Amino acid sequence: MFLFQANSTALFNVADLQLIAPELILTVCACLALVMEVILPYRKSKLVAYFSLLGVGLAFVSLGLQWWSVSDSLPLDGFYGMVRIDGFALLFKGIFLVGAALAIAISTRYLDIEGEQHGEYYTLVLFATVGMMFLACGYDLISLYISLELMALTFYVLVAFTKREKRSNEAAMKYFLLGAFSSGILLYGMSLLYGIAGSTNLGEIGRSVATIASATPLGEAAGPSLRPMLLLGMIALASGLFFKIAAVPFHMWAPDAYEGAPTSVTAFLSTGSKAASFALYARIFIEALNSMRADWAPMLGLVAAITIMVGNWAAVTQENSKRLLAYSSISNAGYLLLGLVAGNSYGYTGLIIYLLVYTLMNMGAFGIVISLRRRGIIGDNVDDMAGLAQKAPGMAAMMTIFMLSLGGLPITGGFIGKYFLFGGLLQRGAAEGKTWYYWLAGWAIINTVVSFYYYIRFIKVMYLGDRIADDKPLSLSPALQIALAVSVAGIIFIGVYPQPLINLTQKLIAPLAAIGAVAVK
Amino acid sequence: MNSLPILSIVTWLPTLGALIILVLFKQGQSDQIKKFATAWFGVAFVASLALLKYDRALGGMQFLEDHQWIPVIGARYQMGADGVAVLLIVLTTLLGVIAALSSWNYIQKREKEYYVLLLLLQTAVVGVFTSMDLFLFYLFFEVSLVPMYFLIGIWGGENRLYAAIKFFLYTLVGSVVMLLGVLKIYFLTQDTALTGRITQGTIDLLAGNQQAAALVSSTLQAAAQNGTGTFNILYLQSLGSVMPMGAMQVLLFFAFALGFAIKVPMFPFHTWLPDAHVEAPTAGSVILAGVLLKLGTYGFYRFNIPMFPAASADESYFFAGTNHQFGVRSIMIFLAIVGIIYGALAAMYFVVKKDGDVKKLVAYSSVSSMGIVMLGLFALNPNGLNGAVLHMINHGIYSAALFLLVGIIYERRHTRNVAEFGGLSHVMPGYAAVFLSMVMTAIGLPLLCVFISEFLSLRGAFEANPMWAAWGALGIILNAGYMLWLYQRMFFGTIDNPKNEKLIDLSAREWIYMTPLIIMALWIGIYPKPFLSYIERPVNAVVRQVRPTYPIPGMPPGVDVQQRAAAK
Repeated sequence: MFLFQANSTALFNVADLQLIAPELILTVCACLALVMEVILPYRKSKLVAYFSLLGVGLAFVSLGLQWWSVSDSLPLDGFYGMVRIDGFALLFKGIFLVGAALAIAISTRYLDIEGEQHGEYYTLVLFATVGMMFLACGYDLISLYISLELMALTFYVLVAFTKREKRSNEAAMKYFLLGAFSSGILLYGMSLLYGIAGSTNLGEIGRSVATIASATPLGEAAGPSLRPMLLLGMIALASGLFFKIAAVPFHMWAPDAYEGAPTSVTAFLSTGSKAASFALYARIFIEALNSMRADWAPMLGLVAAITIMVGNWAAVTQENSKRLLAYSSISNAGYLLLGLVAGNSYGYTGLIIYLLVYTLMNMGAFGIVISLRRRGIIGDNVDDMAGLAQKAPGMAAMMTIFMLSLGGLPITGGFIGKYFLFGGLLQRGAAEGKTWYYWLAGWAIINTVVSFYYYIRFIKVMYLGDRIADDKPLSLSPALQIALAVSVAGIIFIGVYPQPLINLTQKLIAPLAAIGAVAVK
Repeated sequence: MNSLPILSIVTWLPTLGALIILVLFKQGQSDQIKKFATAWFGVAFVASLALLKYDRALGGMQFLEDHQWIPVIGARYQMGADGVAVLLIVLTTLLGVIAALSSWNYIQKREKEYYVLLLLLQTAVVGVFTSMDLFLFYLFFEVSLVPMYFLIGIWGGENRLYAAIKFFLYTLVGSVVMLLGVLKIYFLTQDTALTGRITQGTIDLLAGNQQAAALVSSTLQAAAQNGTGTFNILYLQSLGSVMPMGAMQVLLFFAFALGFAIKVPMFPFHTWLPDAHVEAPTAGSVILAGVLLKLGTYGFYRFNIPMFPAASADESYFFAGTNHQFGVRSIMIFLAIVGIIYGALAAMYFVVKKDGDVKKLVAYSSVSSMGIVMLGLFALNPNGLNGAVLHMINHGIYSAALFLLVGIIYERRHTRNVAEFGGLSHVMPGYAAVFLSMVMTAIGLPLLCVFISEFLSLRGAFEANPMWAAWGALGIILNAGYMLWLYQRMFFGTIDNPKNEKLIDLSAREWIYMTPLIIMALWIGIYPKPFLSYIERPVNAVVRQVRPTYPIPGMPPGVDVQQRAAAK
């Protein structure tokens, strides 16, 4: 990075600020929200939530304007290569903003019931979103790491937000310790990469890695091969990121953190944070390490296969719905990894669509769990949904759609996402002539049947029994209902008519897919 | 193309009815709901009768519809039906009315949801038969699981939770594996080295008429414009004629076959069926036996055989290079024969078992019957295929009728235990007569429908290999054995159980829904020509696709497609 600085005349280009307009808007809103919290009386602190929603909306509008104005001239680099705006970044930012809006909408009433309605909550959510958005557009190890930490630190606080509750504190502690540990490993990998490439810019690293990876160990004049070091760096990076996306064998923190955290935070953690980590994963492994595909693809494939299995089988026995959804999110991380393993247009399309749909359906599912949290009723056991079909048919129907979509049944968005993920694997297998891609796809798809077993359990308790868990009405706020309705509508729309979304995604990720699609022997 | 999208109407009409019920009726109005739903099923049935004007002399896919849907992945909303599909659709809509009528007394809780799900199920099932796009087909095929899951799970018997999840997961295993096959075959349509060898003659043969062939070429144009492959079923079938025989084709065959074999169900994938039937409400059993099982055999007829002709006809792929002759077709035939014999023996066991369940017996007899369909299909000759397809229809008629009859007695006695009955013919003469007619149908008495189809299937099997026919015939003898034995135990003799003394004979409503089935059984049995004429041309085209040189009556001698392509 410093190398570039020497060549340029101006130190700071004001026009670059346009590139990060959505993030700037969010940051300003977050700061204002913090001030509002101090000024407003406690019972009005819900206004902060609406203000934050407004901020997310503004950021979304600015993102849309950005896409509209620069979509022909992508990618745009700024801040001396620290930030790169391309289709990939725009898509991910869109997903984060949708996730943040839903997270805020499902939080308002929940925090009331928990007695923790503080404005800081929304500030933290906004800051986490800013971190995620920079993760999507960072193009330099330093900017990426800082954004990752911004996101992670806010989440440590958010997980502990119900500070009077033991479980929440315990979860935060576990999450913090393991998260800090994984950040360390990640940083170690980054430092190795910097040592090899002599630059923190991903593009530069990509070029150096390409020369090292292609050099044969024998017949080299310039000293010992750097390949072992490169492999070590790659493995350290991959492991650090496995922590972040909760892939096996680094998934242990997820069930505890998800169960203990306030449900609204769990919802955001399992969607936004996971999506952001995938953005980072894709960025580093595609832009910087693509020439090492032959090394990392089998590793990611193996981890994906194990993650899918462990997540699904462990979820089968869970009684607590938050814990169950935590294991389901572990297995979903495995499915998402398949997109990276495939690494072609289908794979990336699948990754992005599945992340978007996953955000919608997981938010929705947690939204239903939240509506079961009432005064005096925790409501986070699967059994608490018994008879929901008779008590609240609309909610039960929506939960059914979320569950079927999580499993990947056709006419829901989940099917479209999985369709592309599996299609990408088959395509890659045919392109490289390797059969293990087919076996991986077969393994993953057979495991979806297992996942249906536990998703169906929700449907079973809601519909098939005659017993009703309790007569108390659900705690619903207009914001929560709107969030759920939007999620259902999105899932069904993507499932029935995915054309616009696929078209947009494929167009925006085309450059990235072109890098990934180069077959490596 | 037709001005009126009749296939879409028949497919989506039930969904419209479901929406009307959801919006306009309240949970308490069960009386109005059931009348409205039944009337709506009647409307759907009448609408489907318009399909009978299918041009039998022309053959091929008709009533075509084509709309853009998801061009980026080459999926289109394409509908079309050949004679086989037409008959199955009409059967489905007819059974829909009957299922609704038979539920009036049987279903006593949550009626609104019940009829909504029944209607949605009909859309999913009819959609499977009407789709001419593999992607669309797959959606309908898999979505059909959901309403059935609820029907078994909410209104089923005591063990319904177990049966419902078993049904769902079992059939899901097959369809998810099929998804990989769907994806792979889609990518193959982008393989120009392969598609370049497809001749127009093959497409014309499978399309059967000018319009359908024109639809294929316009689909191909659209796909080429977007740079995608295509899911058009006719084109995929044509692709089969040039697909090299090898590991890929065999694996693809099994990826599809697993999905369909579980649906059929073929031995050893049949274990979900008895559970599902025993627990399902009567209407659920009727739809399950009458229609859902046909999704599997229809899948073999529509996809496996024409799409993977080399694998379907293969008898030497495994143990290649040794003396053993064993291939894909051998597996299918073997499983079909085991299914025939095993199903019949298992059914017989339930006649003599102390607490033998009549419904379980009929369920196992379905396993046996579907074995005959599979045997006929994989005989791969005109007689076998015609017989198998007709047997799908016939099985839909008589097994639906038997389940209805079992449901009728269950409503009166709340048991289905064979040992509980005896001498019923004295108190319920009408019921006994109807039951007898259906038992006679099931065992294949001449002049009743099953005779024709079993005869044709076995004749086809005989032409292929006399041993196969011999095993199949053994199954039919066993069939007759347990059916007559069952009838004897339930209806003859004296009434030794006092609970059976005051049973009421069939009511008017029950006569109304049994009569059409009896008429159909007789009609097909006495004069099957109209029905065979619907299926003959499409079925013969499939035979020609699989075995280009096999002599087919009424068709000019064929040329080997592979040779033709090579000559070109």
